Amino acid sequence: MKFLTDKALERLRDSAELPDLSGTRYRLLERVARGGMGIVYAAEDEKLQRRVALKVLDIPGTDGELASRLILEARVLARLEHPGIVPVHDVGTLADGRVFYTMKFVEGQRLDKYVATVDSVPDRLRLFLRICDAVGFAHARGVLHRDLKPANIMVGPFGEVLVMDWGLAKILRTNAGDSNAADPDATVFEKTNPSSEQASATELSVITGHGTVMGTPGYMSPEQARGDVEHLDARSDIFSLGALLRFLLSNHPEKAAGAPRLEKSLEAICSKATAATPAERYPNVQEMALDASRYLDGLAVGAHRESFFEKTARFYRRYRFFILLIAAYLVMRVAILIFLHR
Amino acid sequence: MSQEEFPSGGDRFPPTRRSVLEAVRSIDAEEREGALEALCAAYWKPIYKYVRLRWNRPAEEAQDLTQGFFLELLERELLEKFDPNKSRLRTYLRVCVDSLVMNADKASKRQKRGGTTLHVALDFSAAEKELGGAVIDPSAIASPESFEEFFEKEWVRSLFALAVEDLRQLCVDRERERTFHLFEAYDLEGNEKISYDQLSKEYGIAVTDVTNALAWARREFRKIALERLRELCGSEEEFQREARAAFGWDSK
Repeated sequence: MKFLTDKALERLRDSAELPDLSGTRYRLLERVARGGMGIVYAAEDEKLQRRVALKVLDIPGTDGELASRLILEARVLARLEHPGIVPVHDVGTLADGRVFYTMKFVEGQRLDKYVATVDSVPDRLRLFLRICDAVGFAHARGVLHRDLKPANIMVGPFGEVLVMDWGLAKILRTNAGDSNAADPDATVFEKTNPSSEQASATELSVITGHGTVMGTPGYMSPEQARGDVEHLDARSDIFSLGALLRFLLSNHPEKAAGAPRLEKSLEAICSKATAATPAERYPNVQEMALDASRYLDGLAVGAHRESFFEKTARFYRRYRFFILLIAAYLVMRVAILIFLHR
Repeated sequence: MSQEEFPSGGDRFPPTRRSVLEAVRSIDAEEREGALEALCAAYWKPIYKYVRLRWNRPAEEAQDLTQGFFLELLERELLEKFDPNKSRLRTYLRVCVDSLVMNADKASKRQKRGGTTLHVALDFSAAEKELGGAVIDPSAIASPESFEEFFEKEWVRSLFALAVEDLRQLCVDRERERTFHLFEAYDLEGNEKISYDQLSKEYGIAVTDVTNALAWARREFRKIALERLRELCGSEEEFQREARAAFGWDSK
């Protein structure tokens, strides 16, 4: 039997990793990323002559937990047609038995990298509102993301925001059975099969031995961290959005020593979204987005009860131009009066 | 979730081999023996090298211990005691080896008692040659964790070598020897990577024939290695974990 050198082992590993695209319309271009479930490649759709992203599992077979999750992810994406959610093109099994799906190839930057290029708080908030828009849309279609974090948000070259990696998503089951009109507060979730979840080595997603805890520390709601899958609802994603907002504003998903202090209204929005108990959080994404929009418009936010001085200061900030204009006018009037009465 | 729309490769994917852990519990003696042989084929070399380096045993003693270990597996029904929910088979076997070496005297007596025989040819001189070569540097293995890594690496080497051998046999059966030679030249031999173009000139075939042959060989290699691995695992979960470890998917 032939002795395999370390070099040969490496080559075998590398070559065995490549998906077998024979019989498909795709041609492999390059490896883009590796995640907990498999690998993402850039590929060329030879029929349509366009670049696509091809996500493929490592292990062949369609009946394992990971295969089910990948197929579910593709189906979730297929039902979420929204400019803020990456569109899926195709799903199937390759000749080597591995499940794959293809989606739009997103060229851009991950939010955790992109955020460094955005200086102003209003611009960061506008970015956040676009994320809320996509997540709110998913909730309305009965889908919970469950792993919202900067690494799963892409910002395209034209500033378009795309929520990625729906591998942990759960389709909500509505009481009415209408999958297109789910009320996030009236939903329960499929219970996760605890048998064979895989933890990613490259990401911080956590899966316990019980297999019910999936998500990312710092961004995962307490109920999700406890593995309380049955009682998760839209407010679990709202927790993640709160952590995401805090990250956008302070570079930390949680209150941290040394992190810049947020303005009280923004701090209140983050705190309300990341409250320990779901009942204390925003009931839905729209309300959270509305509070962020109110802040942008210089209005009082629902999460924070202002003191008289804060109200005055905000009033001043909002109408500064007119206040200064009136003040200038009054000063001029007084000056003219003084001049005339000399 | 319904999987009807996702056929698992049709006849290109033969039914999964039965796990050796199930087979050793079989009432069929032939099946039990076959399972032990499969296990022995994949593990004897890593175990031998591990005993030589981790326990610093001379070659002859390590050979006895390696053979004795597989006989112990049968006689003491160690595989039946293995619980795939608690650990990986690979880890369990390594711990059993440690235990055997620590009780080496008892083991050697048991071996001398005779009764059970192994039908796998253990080429210790080849294993010794590999140990003696420059490929393994014992001084680089300093801690117990390093020995664990060493054992894992040797296990992967052994698994892949078996898969390469199976692939070679498959190529012979299908009269695709040239495909195997291409695979050997491009993926297995030498430190400097030979180009597709060089291979195409050497074999007098088009570059696309070279790439197609390599793609086929790699696909078959991957399939064979995973099938062999599946055979050596106690559960689907363990198989997935071991596949990730063997192919280095966790570390990439």
